[in-house]
Amino acid sequence: MAHGTLGDERLAASDPAAGVRDEDYLWTLNFGPQHPATHTTLRLLLKLDGERVVDAVPDIGYLHSGFEKIGEKLDFNQYVTVTDRMNYISPMANNVAWHHAVEKLLGIEITPRCVYVRTIIAELARISDHLLSNGAVGLDVGAFTFFLYAFYQREVIYDIFETLCGARFTNSYTRTGGVMHDMTPMVIEKIRNFVRTFPKTLDDMERLLNRNRIFVDRTKGVGVLTKEEAINRSCTGPVARASGVTRDVRKDDPYLAYADLDFKVCCATEGDCFARYLVRMAEMRESLRLVEQAVENLPSGPVDVGMDERIALPTKEQVYNSIEGTIAHFELVMSNRGFETPEEEIYAAIEAPNGELGFYLVGDGSAVAYRARCRPPSYIHFAVFPHLIRGHTLSDVVAVLGSLNIIAAELDR
Amino acid sequence: MTDTVERLKERFGELEPSEFRGQTRIAVPRDLVFEVLSTLHADFGFDMLVDITCVDYLNFRDATDRFGMVYALAGTESGERLIVRTFLNEPDLHVPSVVPLWEGANWLEREVFDMFGIEFDGHPDLRRILMPEEFTAFPLRKDYPLQGRGERHNFPTITRGSA
Repeated sequence: MAHGTLGDERLAASDPAAGVRDEDYLWTLNFGPQHPATHTTLRLLLKLDGERVVDAVPDIGYLHSGFEKIGEKLDFNQYVTVTDRMNYISPMANNVAWHHAVEKLLGIEITPRCVYVRTIIAELARISDHLLSNGAVGLDVGAFTFFLYAFYQREVIYDIFETLCGARFTNSYTRTGGVMHDMTPMVIEKIRNFVRTFPKTLDDMERLLNRNRIFVDRTKGVGVLTKEEAINRSCTGPVARASGVTRDVRKDDPYLAYADLDFKVCCATEGDCFARYLVRMAEMRESLRLVEQAVENLPSGPVDVGMDERIALPTKEQVYNSIEGTIAHFELVMSNRGFETPEEEIYAAIEAPNGELGFYLVGDGSAVAYRARCRPPSYIHFAVFPHLIRGHTLSDVVAVLGSLNIIAAELDR
Repeated sequence: MTDTVERLKERFGELEPSEFRGQTRIAVPRDLVFEVLSTLHADFGFDMLVDITCVDYLNFRDATDRFGMVYALAGTESGERLIVRTFLNEPDLHVPSVVPLWEGANWLEREVFDMFGIEFDGHPDLRRILMPEEFTAFPLRKDYPLQGRGERHNFPTITRGSA
């Protein structure tokens, strides 16, 4: 991150291999940090030849808030509130990712009901993320109606989350060894209702854009990423799958309930902005199928691991009516107790809406991580951006940026 | 131990494999790390670099080295995953850059440089990425306090006229 410099000298030095010459007719454009199409705070230095982008240098760090440093201070259950604020358009997926890593470090087996509940919320989060991401691409290239359709459905998902845990935006729903509250019949009814009504909106959305001349012209052949480049540049998620990389953590390394459920991995081969849009649309249908299967097969039983594990807080009834419950509660909430972690390290990842979201955790015996590294998909995808935009026009910047779904809070952490 | 680790040991000898909850890791001496990674990249099908990160073991119990570099690799064809670790000590915090192998390493190495001060030899563009250029410390090191050292007051203020 640079303070107060236009960065011309860095532009010239940025990529000698790309053959950028410092010709007089090239001019520099500052795109961001405050720009409607960046949606969040990030900055691009563009070198333009007329309308054509000769080179782009991303300048990030405006939203850096030291999340990984905070992770070395807050305990495993407290830090989940920070993960909400990473990719804040699908916080539930981050919560699931964080506790997936924590439980892998601790070696806890969560209950079957918890597995399914987490699968449902992770897939709902994927739908809401893709709705925003595709909606924003539509908005940026001029399809405002599409954006409104997408946002209406996001509102429905927010309502489900609100009924589930009381929070709409920053849910912090998962806990080590369980979740905050069990799913009530009312939540299940709302999810069923969403599963019923959403395909119609999805059809409408596809009819609006899939063959829309303006949208297709703006996105097809723009920002092409080949399969080899996608792999070499560490791309994951919809960005990689749109380039023909058939990789999905849900299939390759099944976690939660994905091994039991039937779904397809959606891929395309073109690797352009339009392919990324199509992959996201197709993934929403698959996610909806996953949600439907998981809700209809939701196992009964407790949602938290048992009291003997000394991981999840016991219920109020247990605390007030049994000595074991009181002891378990006391052991967990006293600041000099808490649970014990092995002195080990682990990398655990889930397929977040944006790509592989992994945490590298180092345990040092206490309930606070010694190191809580987050592998943020946005950060890795934004590094690809200059490569994608070279040779395209200035108006394509917003299309490419939108299709990569760059969330600056996750980018800078 | 997996087949990959056996074959790697045949080739390089002095590697320390370990396993935790089904995850295979190998510890490699710093001088060999580039060679091992390029062999994994070229001959073992680990064509994707998932993550590069670093851990500062300053206060870690029984730790003998200060910094541990972590390379998380994955093979897109085989679906196999492997973690390669190497250890560094002050004052010699240099490690070869893997950008020639994986383009995706560029920003990941810049972040490790920014946060820990590890120098990547041969990196094309090694400068700070998240912290401002004026910043002199390395914030994710364990000897850096959580609330900072008051550097913020020294940052230049940009007015509308000077911007």
